[in-house]
Amino acid sequence: MEQPGYDYHVDIPGTTIFDGRMAMKGYALNKMCYSFNSRENREAFAADEDAYMANYRLSDAQRDAVRARDILGMIEAGGNIYYLAKLAGIFKLSVQDVGGLQTGRTTEEFQDFLNSQA
Amino acid sequence: MARILGGITTSHIPAVGNAIAKNLQDDPYWKPFFDGYPKIHAWIKEQKPDVVINIYNDHGLGFFLDRMPTFAIGAAHEYRNEDEGWGIPELDPFPGAPELSWHIIESMVSDEFDITSCQELPVDHGFTVPMQLFWPGAPHNPDMPRAIPISANTVQHPIPTLKRALDFGKALRKAVLSYPEDIKVVVLGTGGLSHQLDGQRAGFINKEFDLYCLENIVSNPEVLTEISRLELVEKAGAQGTEFLMWMMMRGALGDDVTELTRNYHIPISNTAAGTLLLECA
Repeated sequence: MEQPGYDYHVDIPGTTIFDGRMAMKGYALNKMCYSFNSRENREAFAADEDAYMANYRLSDAQRDAVRARDILGMIEAGGNIYYLAKLAGIFKLSVQDVGGLQTGRTTEEFQDFLNSQA
Repeated sequence: MARILGGITTSHIPAVGNAIAKNLQDDPYWKPFFDGYPKIHAWIKEQKPDVVINIYNDHGLGFFLDRMPTFAIGAAHEYRNEDEGWGIPELDPFPGAPELSWHIIESMVSDEFDITSCQELPVDHGFTVPMQLFWPGAPHNPDMPRAIPISANTVQHPIPTLKRALDFGKALRKAVLSYPEDIKVVVLGTGGLSHQLDGQRAGFINKEFDLYCLENIVSNPEVLTEISRLELVEKAGAQGTEFLMWMMMRGALGDDVTELTRNYHIPISNTAAGTLLLECA
């Protein structure tokens, strides 16, 4: 599907606009992450990640990205950061850990980068 | 008749909920942030609002992508804070003001704002963190007003335009001011300022743009409606679109406001944290 019109002409490097196209692509992954609002579901995922992902019918690309803890891969596969944050919580990753993973920095380097913008 | 005392804005970073739970207000990392709130506490103590309209954006607790309202208004007797999945402490329920909620919904739909009304709405950190910041101990602060949550979609594009957000606030003002009961209302705009959590641009903060927004939202909010949505993503970061909530709040205050306090601090978590207290004439 082509991108819809209107406001979609701007390319912002390093930024995915989570629009209808991405929402369709990422639905299964995001729905799985939304289920992690429940402790029971978080525990079921931790007990058997592959079975849990199969149950939510994640695509191969989505499963590979989750197995590899590859945040950029999850976003590329349609993941929305607000839902992915719940998965990051299961992996015990802080927001700064996630920032570092996406930008090729250690968590400390990422924190320094944030501080440098004050 | 009901009147609007003023508006208060704040970032609603989840880490703040943890910092409050651990009493870190005087910790060197947190102090410059928490220093922005004592003047607001004093104002609230003096003004004693009866109702707080809390304009926030849900982050995947109350709504999922199966049904995503652009504008949702709570119309419940109470609002439960539930498990968000990554461990900030859950608070007790917040009492609602459903009669005023329905009055607002009636008025706004008459004004051609198509509202999703919610008789049940779990509220996340976007709602609870500001409540804790302004009414320490919330919801058990003795001055805790009854609450009406309003959530706007910033999860999935297309998000509302800045003009629509400001106009929403203006219609909200009209709705509140036409409520026949003598109650005092305060309006919160929560979220922002610049931040981006996702992608290779994660960690992006834009002080210059934030200061432009802080300056203009006080006295010249109309100029901010010229910012397009993607320009907002570009300049404020992907999650900096939460500035829409500030625009909604500002629209509800009318033309004549006085700025009583302001705070701005980089960084709290990944975010440039901003706080404003605006009093209505």
